[in-house]
Amino acid sequence: MNIDHNILTIITFVPLAGAIVLALLPDRDRIQQWGALAVTLLTFLCTLHLPFHFDYGVAAGTFQFQQNSSWITSPAIRYHVGVDGLSMWLVVLTGLLAPLGVLISWRVIDNRRRLFYVLFLLQQVAMLGIFVSLDLFLYYAFWELSLVPMALLIATFGRTENRRRAAIKFFLYAFIPSAILLVAMLWLYARTGTFDYPQLAQMAAAHSISSNSAALWLASLAFLAAFAVKVPVFPLHGWLSDSISEAPTAAVMVIAGKLGLYSILRFSFGLFPAQSHRIAPLMLALGAIGIVYGALLALVQKDLKRLAAYGTLGHVSVVILGIFAFTVSGIDGGIYQTLNEGIGGSALFMLLGLLYERYRTYDMREYGGLAARLPWIVTMFVLTALSVVGLPMLNGFVGEFLVFSGAMQSTIAHHIGWTVLATSSVILTASYMLWMIQRVFYGDLGRRTETIAAPDLTAREHLALWPLVILFLLMGIASPVWLRAIDTAGAHIAATVNRSQSVTMDFEASRASKPVSSSSETALNMTNQSASTKGAR
Amino acid sequence: MSPNVLALLPEIILTLTGVLIMLAEPLLSAGSSRKPLGWLAILGTVAAGLASWYQLGFGTLHAYFGTIQVDTFSVFFHLLISAIVLVTLLSSVDYFEGHATHAGEYFALVLFGAVGMMLMTCSVELLMVFVGLEISSISTYIMAGFRKGQASATEASIKYFLLGSFATAFFLYGIALAFGATGSTRIDSISMGLATTATPTLAILALALIIIGIGFKVSAAPFHVWTPDVYQGAPAPVVGLMSTAPKAAAFAVLLRILFSGFPSYEPRWAGLIWIIAALSMFVGNLGALMQRDVKRMLAYSSIAHAGYLLVAYTAFPADGIASACFYTAAYAAMNVGAFTVITQIGGYNERARTIDDYAGLALKRPVLAAALGLFLLSLIGIPFTGGFFGKFYVFSAALHSGRVWLAVIGLLNSGIACFYYLRLLAAIYTRPTTENDRISAAARVSIPAAAALAITAAATLWLGIAPNGVLGLAQQSADSVHTNPAQPAQDTTNASR
Repeated sequence: MNIDHNILTIITFVPLAGAIVLALLPDRDRIQQWGALAVTLLTFLCTLHLPFHFDYGVAAGTFQFQQNSSWITSPAIRYHVGVDGLSMWLVVLTGLLAPLGVLISWRVIDNRRRLFYVLFLLQQVAMLGIFVSLDLFLYYAFWELSLVPMALLIATFGRTENRRRAAIKFFLYAFIPSAILLVAMLWLYARTGTFDYPQLAQMAAAHSISSNSAALWLASLAFLAAFAVKVPVFPLHGWLSDSISEAPTAAVMVIAGKLGLYSILRFSFGLFPAQSHRIAPLMLALGAIGIVYGALLALVQKDLKRLAAYGTLGHVSVVILGIFAFTVSGIDGGIYQTLNEGIGGSALFMLLGLLYERYRTYDMREYGGLAARLPWIVTMFVLTALSVVGLPMLNGFVGEFLVFSGAMQSTIAHHIGWTVLATSSVILTASYMLWMIQRVFYGDLGRRTETIAAPDLTAREHLALWPLVILFLLMGIASPVWLRAIDTAGAHIAATVNRSQSVTMDFEASRASKPVSSSSETALNMTNQSASTKGAR
Repeated sequence: MSPNVLALLPEIILTLTGVLIMLAEPLLSAGSSRKPLGWLAILGTVAAGLASWYQLGFGTLHAYFGTIQVDTFSVFFHLLISAIVLVTLLSSVDYFEGHATHAGEYFALVLFGAVGMMLMTCSVELLMVFVGLEISSISTYIMAGFRKGQASATEASIKYFLLGSFATAFFLYGIALAFGATGSTRIDSISMGLATTATPTLAILALALIIIGIGFKVSAAPFHVWTPDVYQGAPAPVVGLMSTAPKAAAFAVLLRILFSGFPSYEPRWAGLIWIIAALSMFVGNLGALMQRDVKRMLAYSSIAHAGYLLVAYTAFPADGIASACFYTAAYAAMNVGAFTVITQIGGYNERARTIDDYAGLALKRPVLAAALGLFLLSLIGIPFTGGFFGKFYVFSAALHSGRVWLAVIGLLNSGIACFYYLRLLAAIYTRPTTENDRISAAARVSIPAAAALAITAAATLWLGIAPNGVLGLAQQSADSVHTNPAQPAQDTTNASR
């Protein structure tokens, strides 16, 4: 049986069905946990269908596993789903993180489990829906829906008494720009009569959406602002540290990064290529500032979770820097780095959650000297830190290398100083990560670590962490496996945006410009190169 | 059946049931339960709904010398009103058990009110509209004060009555001036009379007075001042009814008057509606931010929703009318649902009033909490609920007609709005149950009330996920009001106003 054309529907709605079943089951014993684990594992297995049946030869810009049927006749809204190289790995990543999130919440959530796992699965539905939707209305529906379970998770399962305020802050920060995003989408619909992304993208490429450049510019800003808050891009990150500091680990793992970054890549670039090109210098500067600002703030935090929160701001800013460079390697690196942020950030937050579970504090000053007592945790922690820092042979290096080289080659008119600043901040990232490890795991025993004797990783925790650690290594040495699909999408995005420029400025120039080179090979060379540098050391 | 009877069949059924209830009430012994009367009323409402559905097959039907016009538009609102009344009756069948002495009259009044509202939506003669308005208003004035022991209920009733009569007077005066300007009180003749009128100023004045009268009924700012006090004092199931059904009827009347009576004056009234809509949204949402009392908060929220709905009036007729119809239905589903939950939680004595009283509801009554949560999310406008699609459709129509700023104002307002809905939602879900003992975990939801909740929750989701059926009916209704839909519709997408 060929399930290719409804696999995406299955992936999206298996968690929904699971959530409904769990809501009806009694909240007793560990029914809810096992149920959630089974549902998320099943979803993950379904997502694995995608990379194995993905057709790498298909022309860029076409979607696979499509399902397109009428949903509401007037206004013309369709149920249109599909993935391409940009979204496919994000779907798989989302699928992978869910069972790990269930495993890591196994003991932490010991009260109101049913509510927790139902909300967790709904969040899963919304995220998968965002990645697969190709109809703007459908996309927006999932986009808004993703706010509710997350806000409720923070408000109900938050750590301190501030949780309600953090949840409302999170919700308002995301909801108000989304309202404006809806205006922009409706405006697009009023102009074009369709919500279908591929059609709209074609019209955008042909410059036939609207001749009113001021309105187009405002609409593109509405799109970008809504996504930038969700990423978050400096200076729209006000919600991030509060939400991360309150939210339970399983929610933190998915709160930042991929949703917003994917949306920028797909919708901002796809529907407003010329406008995105125009705002790129500003975004490059904001990305560079975000990297340095995040790293500097992370350096002075005493709270481990806030440190990781500002670290996250730095990492997503790296992606912003990469994608707004509009070079193939920049965008490829951006997408790759989004995946890295997903697994690296998750691993870091999971480990911090494990420490909290044992010692009931995130205050770095109370820790110290754990290395001898918890050898497994410290190993995992160091591996995660090295991946985040971007050590060659691990995944972080591939992404960062592509991003920074892409930013350097960028033809966007911006001051090269921003890229230099951003690149140099790699040192800052390394220093706060390593400093954190040094303070938590080495030196004298801290106040908490002295009094509380805690066990090392349990079998369940091993199970939750190993997949990520293995991925660090695999994605570091075998990056072409992933880049193969990503590169097609990245090259297509870069070409769309750059073509929009050449058409508006000089049509002849675009004829003359040579086709963009593939960066898959670059990545391969680079991996070899990094291997040799490693050997030299 | 003669066409006259056929055209008024739902109204006749409701009137007969109401009279029957009034007659049967004294026959029951003094202390006995009045529930059978409630069930009779429910039966009558279902029959009226089926009768309206039956009318759908007749196309456009004129009766009583052309004062009554049965078309898809009137059937749409008939069905909506009977659904609202049905749910209200279900949720209040045992509301008065052991409390009031006049429960029988209550059921009759609900039905008589419904007759008035239905009459408003199907008459094309302004005097007939006025009669319907009076019938529905007088019933609601009485129902607002039905908890006679409470001072706040009496206050609500009297305040509503005084201000309401004042507003009806405005409406009547408007009709008189319209007659002066155009020589007719029939909506279609008015539109023809406007072309040849010698006194356009008088016609504008008439329209302004009519808008004021209707503005009061739908509690649009700046005619909203009665709303918070009345909603706070009136019994919860009555508030659920009067915040939706009379409003739906009044919105329907306004649609008919503006789009079939005064279409040629569109440039003049559109600006007025624009201002009222923007003002209602701001007053409603900013007012609701300050409230601690849940019913008062929902009162301000209903002002804001009236504002969202009025946005649709500024759009092109074809889109505008359809989206206004759809929004009334979506708003009815979620708001009646919310008040059904509030009725169940508070009971006759309204034990739970403020947001703090709702703390920990999810732990004590998880199903009621989930239902209220769904209605609040729909009121915020979260996708896959009727509230979202309603808002989406209204603002889509407004943008299609070039009303960009009104759409921006509206959607910004929905951002403000989510703050106060979230505060209630957060109290329900995240605060410990130990904070109060006003909600008893032991109480059970009766079967009719559970049915009311199920209907409203299902309708809220249905309108959000599969709105095709209702949308189709709303679009047909739009065509039957807006008789010549050919002119401005699709081809003017680039027009910006």
